[in-house]
Amino acid sequence: MALKIPRSLLDKLRQHGEETHPYECCGVLVGEFDDADTKVVKGVVPCGNTRTDSPHNRYQISPSELLRIQREALLAGHDIVGFYHSHPDHPAQWSTTDLAEAHWTGCSYVITSVENGRAVLTNSFVLREQEDAKHFEDEAIDV
Amino acid sequence: MTIKVLIPTPLRPYTAKQSAVEVTAGTVGEALSDLVAQHPDLRKQLFSEEGKLRSFVNVYLNDEDIRYLSKDATPVKETDTIAIVPSVAGGLRSLDRLQRA
Repeated sequence: MALKIPRSLLDKLRQHGEETHPYECCGVLVGEFDDADTKVVKGVVPCGNTRTDSPHNRYQISPSELLRIQREALLAGHDIVGFYHSHPDHPAQWSTTDLAEAHWTGCSYVITSVENGRAVLTNSFVLREQEDAKHFEDEAIDV
Repeated sequence: MTIKVLIPTPLRPYTAKQSAVEVTAGTVGEALSDLVAQHPDLRKQLFSEEGKLRSFVNVYLNDEDIRYLSKDATPVKETDTIAIVPSVAGGLRSLDRLQRA
């Protein structure tokens, strides 16, 4: 179980977190699922954070933007395999809000800690099970 | 008439891995009813016990959120596509507990 991502794309999502600091960034990972429960990221799509009421500690991606990204991914033979966001001046660990508002089972949720405007640590977590029993599992990032 | 419903990644285990399902319907509500009739395990994922669409499930008819159309009663035509889009959100709150910090 791993998230395979080229260095250039990992740098892209980390830089997004630096650009938006002290606010949270967010975006979508598109790519492929392979048979061994591994995802291969082929593209990183930065999104706007629609939580303009509280952007320093909340993020939300517009469903219409998700729909557009999903359509474009399918046309390219890819799929949505995960999402990313940043934790400004907090650790790269999922929060209770992250879990409560995660609904894409099987997808990766990548979190980057950004301290004083500099991306520090990036971790990935896979959402398992459906609503009643959902939980995050740590996932290796294979660069 | 027959229209297509796009299934997002997390719900495909309930549709035999299909990314799109064809349904017969005249409205969005009928389309969703036919979808869960074909794939009964989807019902719990999409609807609450009271039969209401779960709050994190967004349903689009082409490019429009059905909440801003006529919801379940929104009429559909043959060339339409319905998409199910679970929401993506999260983040920190000051009182949130961090895991494995």
